[in-house]
Amino acid sequence: MRHSWLRWIVAAILMICAIAPAVAIDPLPFQNEAQRDRFQHLTGELRCMVCQDESLLASNADFAKQLRRQIFDMMQQGKSDKEIKDWLVARYSTFILYDPPLAPSTIALWFGTPAILLIGAGVVVVLLRRRTRPSNAIAEEPGDDW
Amino acid sequence: MNEAARKPLGRFVPLVVFAALVAFFVVGLVWNQSHDARFVPSPLIDKPAPDFRLPRLERPTEFVTKADLLGKPYLINVFASWCFACGDEHPVLMAYRDKFGIPLVGYDYKDAPQDARAWLQRHGDPYHEVITDQSGDTAIDFGVYGAPETYLIDAQGIIRYKHIGPLTPEVIAKELEPKIRALEQGT
Repeated sequence: MRHSWLRWIVAAILMICAIAPAVAIDPLPFQNEAQRDRFQHLTGELRCMVCQDESLLASNADFAKQLRRQIFDMMQQGKSDKEIKDWLVARYSTFILYDPPLAPSTIALWFGTPAILLIGAGVVVVLLRRRTRPSNAIAEEPGDDW
Repeated sequence: MNEAARKPLGRFVPLVVFAALVAFFVVGLVWNQSHDARFVPSPLIDKPAPDFRLPRLERPTEFVTKADLLGKPYLINVFASWCFACGDEHPVLMAYRDKFGIPLVGYDYKDAPQDARAWLQRHGDPYHEVITDQSGDTAIDFGVYGAPETYLIDAQGIIRYKHIGPLTPEVIAKELEPKIRALEQGT
């Protein structure tokens, strides 16, 4: 008896989970495929502020739905991607962009990793150069011959 | 002869590098815990509040605009009857509404007016004025992304402070009240 109960509950939960992704895509009346692709690309680059690990494209939050609608409307008005992003940044700061812009506060973010890589490469080169000299000396030793 | 034996200090280089990495790691961890990543500083601080024209909750045919509220500082508190954290914040607003010394404007966010009215009747109305934004479009201009949020707007209509999340007596004493006092002294 209990098991049949459980089975129904599990089935219901699975069904809800299966429906959820379909509901997340709101039926926005795009003019054509290209516009839909542009919309999906743009909203995929934007952070949903309330559920920060999701993009505006993927999120089912009310906030994301509303911003998707607004972005769609702005596209209909002929706004460029940059204009739309600037509009959002003015309200929600650059945090809403997944790609951080190049700014004084993000210099470490943009150039930190290449800098560390270069330093590491430099260290490796120096170590290898130092090491080649003693190893040449070892190679000249007759006892090393096996 | 290897490197470490030739230069005794050389063998500590990896240790120093490792210690530096651990330091970065610890700083990152501590910093991450010390602030809530959901609270993003608003780019609208010290910028003019957006223009708005929103109906009153009690008399929906009457509209309140930004221009109507110019001339004296005021607080805008974004709330909704569906918002759990607003219920936590509500007693604090009731206790402080007369202590702020400036009007407290309720901003009913994406809410059915009858729900908001019922909510205020049940819990008490801490606001001097309540405006409603059912679509939430104006809220986007304010950079609202969750309720409750509180804005301090000065007499010239400039946003001077924003708090995301429920106001607590600590936040009011440490952050909000000093900002209000500073406005009153004309700085």
